[in-house]
Amino acid sequence: MSIDVNRIREDFPILKEKMNGRPLVYLDSGATTLKPQAVIDAVNCYNTKTTSNVHRGVYQLSNDATELYEGAREKVKQLINAKTSSEIVFTKGATHSLNLVAQSFGLYHLKAGDEIIVSELEHHSSFLPWQHVARVTGAILKFIPLDSAGHITIENFKKVLSEKTKVVAINYVSNVMGYESPIKEITALAHEVGAIVSVDAAQAVPHMKIDVQDLGCDFLSFSGHKMCGPTGVGVLYGRYDLLNSLEPIEFGGEMIDIVGETTSTWKDAPYRFEAGTPVIAGAIGLGAAIDYLESIGFDAIAQHELELRQYAVSELDKLGGITIFNRDAQTGIISFNIDGVHPHDAATIYDAEGICVRAGHHCAQPLMGWLCQPATLRASFYLYNTKEEVDAFVEATRKGKEFFDGVFF
Amino acid sequence: MSFSNLEQLYRQVIMDHYKNPRNKGLLQEDGYHEVHLKNPTCGDDITVQVKVEDGKLVDLRHQGTGCSICCSSASVMTQTLKEKTLDEAQNITNNFYELVKGNEYDEDLDMGDSPVYQGVSKFPARVKCATISWKAAEQAINELKK
Repeated sequence: MSIDVNRIREDFPILKEKMNGRPLVYLDSGATTLKPQAVIDAVNCYNTKTTSNVHRGVYQLSNDATELYEGAREKVKQLINAKTSSEIVFTKGATHSLNLVAQSFGLYHLKAGDEIIVSELEHHSSFLPWQHVARVTGAILKFIPLDSAGHITIENFKKVLSEKTKVVAINYVSNVMGYESPIKEITALAHEVGAIVSVDAAQAVPHMKIDVQDLGCDFLSFSGHKMCGPTGVGVLYGRYDLLNSLEPIEFGGEMIDIVGETTSTWKDAPYRFEAGTPVIAGAIGLGAAIDYLESIGFDAIAQHELELRQYAVSELDKLGGITIFNRDAQTGIISFNIDGVHPHDAATIYDAEGICVRAGHHCAQPLMGWLCQPATLRASFYLYNTKEEVDAFVEATRKGKEFFDGVFF
Repeated sequence: MSFSNLEQLYRQVIMDHYKNPRNKGLLQEDGYHEVHLKNPTCGDDITVQVKVEDGKLVDLRHQGTGCSICCSSASVMTQTLKEKTLDEAQNITNNFYELVKGNEYDEDLDMGDSPVYQGVSKFPARVKCATISWKAAEQAINELKK
Protein backbone atom coordinates (compact mmCIF):
# COMPACT_ATOMS: atom_id res chain seq x y z
CA MET A 1 0.00 0.00 0.00
CA SER A 2 1.92 2.97 -1.20
CA ILE A 3 1.11 6.05 -3.19
CA ASP A 4 2.79 7.49 -6.25
CA VAL A 5 3.72 10.80 -4.70
CA ASN A 6 5.40 12.16 -7.82
CA ARG A 7 2.23 11.65 -9.82
CA ILE A 8 0.16 13.18 -7.01
CA ARG A 9 2.40 16.26 -6.95
CA GLU A 10 1.54 16.89 -10.60
CA ASP A 11 -2.06 17.42 -9.48
CA PHE A 12 -1.16 20.39 -7.25
CA PRO A 13 -0.26 23.44 -9.34
CA ILE A 14 1.02 25.44 -6.34
CA LEU A 15 3.90 22.97 -5.94
CA LYS A 16 5.47 24.56 -9.02
CA GLU A 17 5.68 27.88 -7.12
CA LYS A 18 8.66 29.08 -5.14
CA MET A 19 8.85 30.71 -1.73
CA ASN A 20 11.73 33.07 -0.98
CA GLY A 21 13.42 31.81 -4.13
CA ARG A 22 13.34 28.18 -2.97
CA PRO A 23 11.11 25.31 -4.07
CA LEU A 24 8.02 25.40 -1.87
CA VAL A 25 8.13 22.79 0.91
CA TYR A 26 4.69 22.86 2.41
CA LEU A 27 4.57 21.22 5.84
CA ASP A 28 1.53 23.00 7.25
CA SER A 29 -1.34 20.87 6.04
CA GLY A 30 -2.70 20.78 9.58
CA ALA A 31 -3.55 24.45 9.04
CA THR A 32 -4.86 24.14 5.51
CA THR A 33 -4.06 21.85 2.61
CA LEU A 34 -3.01 22.61 -0.93
CA LYS A 35 -5.65 22.30 -3.62
CA PRO A 36 -5.51 19.82 -6.51
CA GLN A 37 -6.44 20.87 -10.04
CA ALA A 38 -9.62 18.77 -9.89
CA VAL A 39 -10.95 20.91 -7.02
CA ILE A 40 -9.89 24.16 -8.69
CA ASP A 41 -11.64 23.01 -11.88
CA ALA A 42 -14.85 22.03 -10.07
CA VAL A 43 -15.10 25.46 -8.44
CA ASN A 44 -14.25 27.19 -11.72
CA CYS A 45 -16.77 25.09 -13.58
CA TYR A 46 -19.57 26.18 -11.25
CA ASN A 47 -18.49 29.80 -11.61
CA THR A 48 -18.18 29.67 -15.38
CA LYS A 49 -20.84 27.18 -16.48
CA THR A 50 -23.51 26.54 -13.85
CA THR A 51 -23.69 29.71 -11.75
CA SER A 52 -27.14 30.07 -10.25
CA ASN A 53 -28.77 29.70 -6.87
CA VAL A 54 -29.82 26.33 -5.54
CA HIS A 55 -33.30 25.11 -4.57
CA ARG A 56 -34.91 28.24 -6.01
CA GLY A 57 -35.05 28.59 -9.76
CA VAL A 58 -37.35 26.51 -11.89
CA TYR A 59 -34.97 26.92 -14.82
CA GLN A 60 -32.46 24.36 -16.02
CA LEU A 61 -29.35 26.15 -14.78
CA SER A 62 -30.62 26.28 -11.22
CA ASN A 63 -31.58 22.66 -11.45
CA ASP A 64 -28.04 21.79 -12.58
CA ALA A 65 -26.49 23.76 -9.73
CA THR A 66 -28.84 22.12 -7.24
CA GLU A 67 -27.89 18.67 -8.50
CA LEU A 68 -24.20 19.46 -8.10
CA TYR A 69 -24.73 20.90 -4.62
CA GLU A 70 -26.88 18.00 -3.43
CA GLY A 71 -24.50 15.60 -5.16
CA ALA A 72 -21.74 16.94 -2.94
CA ARG A 73 -23.91 16.29 0.11
CA GLU A 74 -24.34 12.70 -1.04
CA LYS A 75 -20.56 12.36 -1.39
CA VAL A 76 -20.05 13.58 2.18
CA LYS A 77 -22.69 11.14 3.39
CA GLN A 78 -20.85 8.26 1.76
CA LEU A 79 -17.45 9.49 2.93
CA ILE A 80 -18.38 9.28 6.62
CA ASN A 81 -21.06 6.57 6.21
CA ALA A 82 -23.96 8.63 7.50
CA LYS A 83 -27.37 6.92 7.30
CA THR A 84 -28.84 9.59 5.06
CA SER A 85 -27.66 12.75 3.34
CA SER A 86 -30.21 14.64 5.48
CA GLU A 87 -27.71 14.23 8.32
CA ILE A 88 -25.18 16.39 6.45
CA VAL A 89 -25.30 20.16 7.01
CA PHE A 90 -23.03 22.37 4.93
CA THR A 91 -21.46 25.08 7.08
CA LYS A 92 -18.67 27.63 6.75
CA GLY A 93 -16.17 25.28 8.36
CA ALA A 94 -15.54 23.14 11.42
CA THR A 95 -15.63 26.20 13.70
CA HIS A 96 -19.09 27.10 12.42
CA SER A 97 -20.26 23.50 12.83
CA LEU A 98 -18.98 23.24 16.40
CA ASN A 99 -20.59 26.56 17.33
CA LEU A 100 -23.84 25.44 15.73
CA VAL A 101 -24.00 22.39 18.00
CA ALA A 102 -23.12 24.39 21.10
CA GLN A 103 -25.66 27.11 20.43
CA SER A 104 -28.50 25.05 19.13
CA PHE A 105 -28.17 22.12 21.50
CA GLY A 106 -26.29 23.66 24.41
CA LEU A 107 -28.15 26.92 24.88
CA TYR A 108 -31.56 25.20 24.63
CA HIS A 109 -30.94 22.01 26.57
CA LEU A 110 -28.45 22.76 29.35
CA LYS A 111 -29.19 24.23 32.74
CA ALA A 112 -27.22 25.26 35.81
CA GLY A 113 -25.28 22.36 37.31
CA ASP A 114 -25.25 20.25 34.15
CA GLU A 115 -21.77 19.17 33.17
CA ILE A 116 -19.94 19.49 29.86
CA ILE A 117 -16.81 17.39 29.38
CA VAL A 118 -13.98 18.76 27.26
CA SER A 119 -10.21 18.26 27.39
CA GLU A 120 -7.04 20.30 27.49
CA LEU A 121 -6.21 18.84 24.10
CA GLU A 122 -8.99 20.79 22.42
CA HIS A 123 -8.56 23.37 19.73
CA HIS A 124 -10.13 26.64 20.87
CA SER A 125 -13.00 26.12 18.44
CA SER A 126 -13.86 22.83 20.14
CA PHE A 127 -14.11 24.10 23.72
CA LEU A 128 -14.75 27.86 23.54
CA PRO A 129 -18.32 27.42 22.21
CA TRP A 130 -18.99 25.29 25.31
CA GLN A 131 -17.23 27.72 27.63
CA HIS A 132 -19.74 30.27 26.32
CA VAL A 133 -22.66 27.89 26.85
CA ALA A 134 -21.44 27.21 30.38
CA ARG A 135 -21.25 30.91 31.14
CA VAL A 136 -24.75 31.55 29.81
CA THR A 137 -26.50 28.51 31.28
CA GLY A 138 -24.55 27.95 34.49
CA ALA A 139 -23.43 24.53 33.30
CA ILE A 140 -19.99 23.38 34.44
CA LEU A 141 -17.02 22.64 32.18
CA LYS A 142 -15.02 19.57 33.17
CA PHE A 143 -11.62 18.79 31.68
CA ILE A 144 -10.52 15.22 31.10
CA PRO A 145 -7.11 14.98 32.81
CA LEU A 146 -4.48 14.06 30.22
CA ASP A 147 -2.06 11.22 30.90
CA SER A 148 1.67 11.89 31.23
CA ALA A 149 2.18 11.90 27.44
CA GLY A 150 -0.87 14.06 26.82
CA HIS A 151 -3.34 11.39 25.71
CA ILE A 152 -7.04 11.26 26.43
CA THR A 153 -7.64 7.86 28.01
CA ILE A 154 -10.82 5.98 28.83
CA GLU A 155 -9.63 5.63 32.40
CA ASN A 156 -9.32 9.39 32.82
CA PHE A 157 -12.54 10.03 30.94
CA LYS A 158 -14.37 7.88 33.49
CA LYS A 159 -13.02 10.11 36.26
CA VAL A 160 -15.00 13.10 34.99
CA LEU A 161 -18.04 11.30 33.58
CA SER A 162 -21.10 11.37 35.84
CA GLU A 163 -24.88 11.36 35.82
CA LYS A 164 -24.64 15.14 35.51
CA THR A 165 -22.76 14.92 32.21
CA LYS A 166 -24.94 16.20 29.38
CA VAL A 167 -22.35 16.88 26.68
CA VAL A 168 -18.96 15.50 25.72
CA ALA A 169 -17.14 17.80 23.27
CA ILE A 170 -13.86 16.28 22.23
CA ASN A 171 -11.38 16.12 19.37
CA TYR A 172 -10.89 13.03 17.23
CA VAL A 173 -7.27 13.90 16.41
CA SER A 174 -5.47 16.67 18.31
CA ASN A 175 -4.20 19.44 16.04
CA VAL A 176 -1.06 19.78 18.16
CA MET A 177 -0.31 16.28 19.43
CA GLY A 178 -1.73 14.29 16.53
CA TYR A 179 -3.15 11.71 18.95
CA GLU A 180 -6.29 9.81 18.09
CA SER A 181 -8.92 9.91 20.84
CA PRO A 182 -10.88 6.74 21.68
CA ILE A 183 -14.13 8.22 20.34
CA LYS A 184 -16.08 5.00 20.00
CA GLU A 185 -15.48 3.91 23.60
CA ILE A 186 -16.07 7.41 24.95
CA THR A 187 -19.32 7.68 23.02
CA ALA A 188 -20.60 4.37 24.38
CA LEU A 189 -19.85 5.46 27.96
CA ALA A 190 -21.34 8.92 27.43
CA HIS A 191 -24.54 7.45 26.03
CA GLU A 192 -24.92 5.27 29.11
CA VAL A 193 -25.44 8.42 31.18
CA GLY A 194 -27.58 10.07 28.51
CA ALA A 195 -24.97 12.59 27.34
CA ILE A 196 -24.53 13.58 23.71
CA VAL A 197 -21.10 13.51 22.03
CA SER A 198 -19.87 16.22 19.66
CA VAL A 199 -16.64 15.34 17.87
CA ASP A 200 -14.19 17.83 16.38
CA ALA A 201 -12.90 15.76 13.47
CA ALA A 202 -11.16 18.56 11.55
CA GLN A 203 -7.80 16.76 11.83
CA ALA A 204 -9.25 13.28 11.37
CA VAL A 205 -11.54 13.23 8.32
CA PRO A 206 -8.79 14.40 5.91
CA HIS A 207 -6.48 11.60 6.98
CA MET A 208 -8.44 8.48 7.81
CA LYS A 209 -11.57 6.54 6.96
CA ILE A 210 -14.39 7.63 9.24
CA ASP A 211 -17.61 5.76 9.95
CA VAL A 212 -20.03 7.80 12.05
CA GLN A 213 -22.41 4.88 12.50
CA ASP A 214 -19.63 2.74 13.88
CA LEU A 215 -18.38 5.57 16.13
CA GLY A 216 -21.93 6.22 17.32
CA CYS A 217 -21.25 9.91 17.98
CA ASP A 218 -24.13 12.39 17.83
CA PHE A 219 -22.33 15.19 16.02
CA LEU A 220 -19.14 15.33 14.00
CA SER A 221 -17.62 18.47 12.52
CA PHE A 222 -14.93 19.07 9.92
CA SER A 223 -13.65 21.57 7.36
CA GLY A 224 -13.28 21.27 3.61
CA HIS A 225 -10.06 23.22 3.33
CA LYS A 226 -8.06 20.77 5.46
CA MET A 227 -8.88 17.97 2.98
CA CYS A 228 -7.93 19.54 -0.35
CA GLY A 229 -11.24 21.41 -0.63
CA PRO A 230 -11.84 25.16 -0.77
CA THR A 231 -11.88 27.44 2.26
CA GLY A 232 -15.29 28.57 3.48
CA VAL A 233 -17.04 25.21 3.45
CA GLY A 234 -17.39 22.70 6.25
CA VAL A 235 -19.67 19.94 7.41
CA LEU A 236 -21.75 19.20 10.43
CA TYR A 237 -22.92 15.63 10.68
CA GLY A 238 -25.78 15.15 13.13
CA ARG A 239 -27.68 11.99 14.06
CA TYR A 240 -30.95 12.67 12.28
CA ASP A 241 -33.53 12.44 15.06
CA LEU A 242 -31.42 14.68 17.26
CA LEU A 243 -30.40 17.07 14.47
CA ASN A 244 -33.97 17.48 13.33
CA SER A 245 -35.12 18.30 16.86
CA LEU A 246 -32.75 21.25 17.22
CA GLU A 247 -33.60 24.91 16.80
CA PRO A 248 -31.81 26.75 14.02
CA ILE A 249 -29.43 29.52 15.09
CA GLU A 250 -29.54 31.48 11.85
CA PHE A 251 -32.75 32.57 10.20
CA GLY A 252 -33.47 33.72 6.67
CA GLY A 253 -34.13 32.47 3.21
CA GLU A 254 -34.50 28.81 2.26
CA MET A 255 -34.63 27.47 5.81
CA ILE A 256 -38.34 28.17 6.31
CA ASP A 257 -41.44 26.09 6.02
CA ILE A 258 -44.31 28.58 6.61
CA VAL A 259 -43.64 32.18 7.62
CA GLY A 260 -46.19 34.14 9.60
CA GLU A 261 -45.95 37.60 11.09
CA THR A 262 -45.45 36.37 14.64
CA THR A 263 -44.39 32.75 14.31
CA SER A 264 -42.88 30.60 11.61
CA THR A 265 -41.93 27.00 11.09
CA TRP A 266 -38.77 25.53 9.65
CA LYS A 267 -37.81 23.01 7.06
CA ASP A 268 -36.50 19.69 8.23
CA ALA A 269 -32.76 19.17 8.68
CA PRO A 270 -30.39 19.82 7.05
CA TYR A 271 -32.05 22.81 5.36
CA ARG A 272 -33.17 24.51 8.57
CA PHE A 273 -29.49 25.03 9.33
CA GLU A 274 -28.59 26.44 5.91
CA ALA A 275 -30.20 29.87 5.97
CA GLY A 276 -29.46 32.11 3.02
CA THR A 277 -27.60 31.20 -0.12
CA PRO A 278 -25.30 28.38 0.90
CA VAL A 279 -21.65 28.00 0.02
CA ILE A 280 -22.45 26.43 -3.34
CA ALA A 281 -19.06 26.61 -5.06
CA GLY A 282 -17.38 25.49 -1.84
CA ALA A 283 -19.61 22.44 -1.44
CA ILE A 284 -19.08 21.45 -5.06
CA GLY A 285 -15.33 21.87 -4.56
CA LEU A 286 -15.49 19.73 -1.42
CA GLY A 287 -17.29 17.06 -3.40
CA ALA A 288 -14.45 17.08 -5.92
CA ALA A 289 -11.92 16.89 -3.09
CA ILE A 290 -13.66 13.81 -1.67
CA ASP A 291 -13.57 12.16 -5.11
CA TYR A 292 -9.89 13.01 -5.39
CA LEU A 293 -8.91 11.66 -1.95
CA GLU A 294 -10.98 8.50 -2.42
CA SER A 295 -9.29 7.86 -5.76
CA ILE A 296 -6.00 7.66 -3.85
CA GLY A 297 -7.40 5.92 -0.79
CA PHE A 298 -7.44 6.99 2.85
CA ASP A 299 -5.52 3.98 4.10
CA ALA A 300 -2.72 4.70 1.63
CA ILE A 301 -2.69 8.39 2.61
CA ALA A 302 -2.51 7.54 6.33
CA GLN A 303 0.28 5.06 5.68
CA HIS A 304 2.26 7.63 3.66
CA GLU A 305 1.91 10.28 6.37
CA LEU A 306 3.02 7.84 9.04
CA GLU A 307 6.09 6.82 7.04
CA LEU A 308 7.09 10.46 6.57
CA ARG A 309 6.53 11.12 10.25
CA GLN A 310 8.66 8.19 11.39
CA TYR A 311 11.42 9.14 8.97
CA ALA A 312 11.36 12.79 10.12
CA VAL A 313 11.42 11.85 13.82
CA SER A 314 14.40 9.53 13.35
CA GLU A 315 16.29 12.19 11.36
CA LEU A 316 15.52 14.89 13.94
CA ASP A 317 16.73 12.55 16.67
CA LYS A 318 20.05 12.21 14.85
CA LEU A 319 20.52 15.99 15.06
CA GLY A 320 20.01 16.03 18.82
CA GLY A 321 18.86 19.07 20.76
CA ILE A 322 15.30 18.75 19.48
CA THR A 323 12.42 18.18 21.88
CA ILE A 324 9.55 16.26 20.31
CA PHE A 325 6.31 16.58 22.27
CA ASN A 326 4.30 13.83 20.59
CA ARG A 327 6.79 11.08 19.99
CA ASP A 328 4.25 8.24 19.87
CA ALA A 329 1.59 9.87 17.67
CA GLN A 330 0.44 7.76 14.72
CA THR A 331 -0.58 10.63 12.45
CA GLY A 332 1.35 13.08 10.28
CA ILE A 333 1.78 15.78 12.92
CA ILE A 334 5.10 16.46 14.68
CA SER A 335 5.13 19.04 17.48
CA PHE A 336 8.59 20.04 18.57
CA ASN A 337 10.95 22.78 19.60
CA ILE A 338 14.62 23.36 18.90
CA ASP A 339 16.17 23.54 22.36
CA GLY A 340 17.10 27.09 23.28
CA VAL A 341 15.51 28.64 20.19
CA HIS A 342 12.15 30.37 20.38
CA PRO A 343 9.76 28.78 17.86
CA HIS A 344 9.18 32.11 16.16
CA ASP A 345 12.90 32.53 15.54
CA ALA A 346 13.04 28.98 14.22
CA ALA A 347 10.08 29.55 11.90
CA THR A 348 11.93 32.43 10.26
CA ILE A 349 14.84 30.12 9.52
CA TYR A 350 12.46 27.66 7.86
CA ASP A 351 10.80 30.51 5.97
CA ALA A 352 14.14 31.60 4.54
CA GLU A 353 14.63 28.04 3.29
CA GLY A 354 11.24 27.92 1.55
CA ILE A 355 9.73 25.66 4.21
CA CYS A 356 6.28 26.31 5.67
CA VAL A 357 5.91 25.12 9.25
CA ARG A 358 3.61 26.47 11.90
CA ALA A 359 4.93 28.30 14.95
CA GLY A 360 2.69 29.46 17.75
CA HIS A 361 0.12 28.18 20.18
CA HIS A 362 -1.93 26.44 17.46
CA CYS A 363 -5.22 27.75 18.85
CA ALA A 364 -4.65 25.48 21.83
CA GLN A 365 -3.55 27.71 24.69
CA PRO A 366 -4.63 25.32 27.47
CA LEU A 367 -2.42 22.64 25.89
CA MET A 368 0.53 25.05 25.69
CA GLY A 369 0.05 25.54 29.43
CA TRP A 370 0.02 21.78 29.92
CA LEU A 371 3.22 21.46 27.87
CA CYS A 372 4.74 24.41 29.76
CA GLN A 373 5.67 26.00 26.43
CA PRO A 374 4.72 29.49 25.27
CA ALA A 375 4.56 28.10 21.75
CA THR A 376 5.72 25.15 19.68
CA LEU A 377 6.69 24.32 16.13
CA ARG A 378 4.51 21.97 14.13
CA ALA A 379 5.26 20.16 10.91
CA SER A 380 2.28 18.35 9.42
CA PHE A 381 2.41 16.05 6.42
CA TYR A 382 -0.08 15.14 3.74
CA LEU A 383 -0.28 13.01 0.65
CA TYR A 384 1.84 15.32 -1.51
CA ASN A 385 4.87 15.50 0.80
CA THR A 386 8.04 13.57 0.02
CA LYS A 387 11.06 12.13 1.82
CA GLU A 388 13.17 14.72 0.02
CA GLU A 389 11.06 17.44 1.62
CA VAL A 390 11.63 15.85 5.01
CA ASP A 391 15.36 15.97 4.23
CA ALA A 392 15.11 19.68 3.37
CA PHE A 393 13.18 20.25 6.60
CA VAL A 394 15.76 18.39 8.69
CA GLU A 395 18.62 20.20 6.96
CA ALA A 396 16.98 23.58 7.70
CA THR A 397 16.55 22.48 11.31
CA ARG A 398 20.26 21.65 11.45
CA LYS A 399 21.20 25.01 9.93
CA GLY A 400 18.88 26.81 12.32
CA LYS A 401 20.38 25.07 15.32
CA GLU A 402 23.88 25.88 14.12
CA PHE A 403 22.97 29.47 13.35
CA PHE A 404 21.45 30.13 16.73
CA ASP A 405 24.13 28.18 18.58
CA GLY A 406 26.59 30.47 16.79
CA VAL A 407 24.88 33.70 17.70
CA PHE A 408 23.64 32.77 21.12
CA PHE A 409 26.53 30.94 22.72
CA MET B 1 16.34 34.68 0.54
CA SER B 2 19.57 33.54 2.08
CA PHE B 3 21.37 33.14 5.32
CA SER B 4 23.03 36.54 4.83
CA ASN B 5 19.57 38.07 5.28
CA LEU B 6 19.16 36.01 8.40
CA GLU B 7 22.48 37.15 9.70
CA GLN B 8 21.44 40.71 9.09
CA LEU B 9 18.25 40.06 11.01
CA TYR B 10 19.98 38.50 13.96
CA ARG B 11 22.91 40.84 14.19
CA GLN B 12 25.26 40.66 17.10
CA VAL B 13 23.60 43.64 18.77
CA ILE B 14 20.23 41.94 18.78
CA MET B 15 21.66 38.75 20.20
CA ASP B 16 23.53 40.72 22.82
CA HIS B 17 20.33 42.39 23.99
CA TYR B 18 18.55 39.03 23.95
CA LYS B 19 21.21 37.36 26.06
CA ASN B 20 21.92 40.32 28.30
CA PRO B 21 18.74 42.38 28.41
CA ARG B 22 19.02 45.89 29.83
CA ASN B 23 16.38 47.31 32.19
CA LYS B 24 14.74 43.93 32.60
CA GLY B 25 12.44 43.20 35.52
CA LEU B 26 9.48 45.17 36.77
CA LEU B 27 9.74 47.44 39.80
CA GLN B 28 7.11 47.63 42.51
CA GLU B 29 7.79 51.30 43.19
CA ASP B 30 5.61 54.38 43.04
CA GLY B 31 5.59 56.39 39.87
CA TYR B 32 5.76 53.52 37.40
CA HIS B 33 2.94 53.14 34.92
CA GLU B 34 2.51 49.70 33.40
CA VAL B 35 1.09 48.31 30.14
CA HIS B 36 0.85 44.62 29.29
CA LEU B 37 0.56 43.57 25.62
CA LYS B 38 0.26 40.13 24.06
CA ASN B 39 0.45 38.88 20.54
CA PRO B 40 -2.04 36.05 20.78
CA THR B 41 -0.96 34.44 17.52
CA CYS B 42 2.65 33.79 18.51
CA GLY B 43 2.62 34.06 22.27
CA ASP B 44 4.84 37.14 22.63
CA ASP B 45 3.91 38.60 26.01
CA ILE B 46 5.51 41.83 27.20
CA THR B 47 4.93 44.20 30.09
CA VAL B 48 6.52 47.63 29.96
CA GLN B 49 6.78 50.14 32.80
CA VAL B 50 7.50 53.84 32.30
CA LYS B 51 8.33 56.49 34.86
CA VAL B 52 7.84 60.11 33.84
CA GLU B 53 9.13 63.14 35.73
CA ASP B 54 8.86 66.69 34.45
CA GLY B 55 7.77 65.52 31.01
CA LYS B 56 10.78 63.22 30.68
CA LEU B 57 11.07 59.43 30.68
CA VAL B 58 13.37 58.90 33.64
CA ASP B 59 13.06 55.11 33.61
CA LEU B 60 11.64 52.28 31.50
CA ARG B 61 11.48 48.62 32.47
CA HIS B 62 10.35 45.48 30.66
CA GLN B 63 9.50 41.89 31.45
CA GLY B 64 8.02 39.11 29.41
CA THR B 65 8.46 36.12 27.17
CA GLY B 66 8.86 35.91 23.43
CA CYS B 67 11.23 35.36 20.58
CA SER B 68 14.66 36.93 20.36
CA ILE B 69 13.40 39.81 18.20
CA CYS B 70 10.63 40.67 20.65
CA CYS B 71 12.72 40.43 23.83
CA SER B 72 15.81 42.15 22.47
CA SER B 73 13.73 44.95 20.99
CA ALA B 74 12.20 45.60 24.43
CA SER B 75 15.69 45.97 25.85
CA VAL B 76 16.78 48.29 23.01
CA MET B 77 13.57 50.31 23.38
CA THR B 78 14.10 50.98 27.08
CA GLN B 79 17.66 52.15 26.42
CA THR B 80 16.71 54.29 23.45
CA LEU B 81 13.80 56.12 25.08
CA LYS B 82 15.37 56.69 28.49
CA GLU B 83 15.99 60.37 29.33
CA LYS B 84 13.89 61.48 26.34
CA THR B 85 10.99 63.90 26.59
CA LEU B 86 7.57 62.48 25.81
CA ASP B 87 7.53 64.25 22.44
CA GLU B 88 11.00 63.01 21.56
CA ALA B 89 9.97 59.51 22.57
CA GLN B 90 6.94 59.65 20.30
CA ASN B 91 9.05 60.86 17.35
CA ILE B 92 11.63 58.14 17.91
CA THR B 93 8.89 55.52 18.21
CA ASN B 94 7.23 56.65 14.96
CA ASN B 95 10.63 56.67 13.31
CA PHE B 96 11.24 53.11 14.55
CA TYR B 97 7.93 51.93 13.06
CA GLU B 98 9.08 53.28 9.68
CA LEU B 99 12.53 51.71 9.80
CA VAL B 100 11.29 48.22 10.72
CA LYS B 101 8.97 48.35 7.74
CA GLY B 102 11.88 49.24 5.48
CA ASN B 103 10.56 52.77 4.87
CA GLU B 104 12.63 55.92 4.87
CA TYR B 105 13.32 57.20 8.34
CA ASP B 106 15.00 60.20 9.96
CA GLU B 107 18.61 59.17 10.50
CA ASP B 108 19.35 62.33 12.48
CA LEU B 109 17.17 61.32 15.41
CA ASP B 110 18.94 59.67 18.35
CA MET B 111 17.76 56.11 17.68
CA GLY B 112 20.29 54.32 19.89
CA ASP B 113 20.79 50.68 18.82
CA SER B 114 17.36 50.48 17.22
CA PRO B 115 18.42 50.83 13.54
CA VAL B 116 19.74 47.24 13.74
CA TYR B 117 16.08 46.23 13.34
CA GLN B 118 16.05 47.39 9.72
CA GLY B 119 16.71 43.74 8.85
CA VAL B 120 13.23 42.91 10.14
CA SER B 121 11.71 44.60 7.09
CA LYS B 122 12.73 41.61 4.98
CA PHE B 123 10.65 39.40 7.29
CA PRO B 124 7.22 41.08 7.40
CA ALA B 125 5.87 38.36 9.69
CA ARG B 126 8.32 39.56 12.36
CA VAL B 127 7.49 43.29 12.37
CA LYS B 128 4.96 42.70 15.16
CA CYS B 129 7.65 41.01 17.26
CA ALA B 130 9.96 43.98 16.90
CA THR B 131 7.32 46.60 17.69
CA ILE B 132 5.25 45.08 20.50
CA SER B 133 7.34 46.57 23.34
CA TRP B 134 7.40 49.96 21.61
CA LYS B 135 3.61 49.84 21.29
CA ALA B 136 3.37 49.05 24.99
CA ALA B 137 5.60 52.03 25.89
CA GLU B 138 3.63 54.27 23.52
CA GLN B 139 0.36 53.19 25.12
CA ALA B 140 1.74 53.75 28.62
CA ILE B 141 2.87 57.25 27.70
CA ASN B 142 -0.47 58.07 26.08
CA GLU B 143 -2.33 56.85 29.15
CA LEU B 144 -0.20 59.11 31.33
CA LYS B 145 -0.86 62.09 29.08
CA LYS B 146 -4.63 61.79 29.63
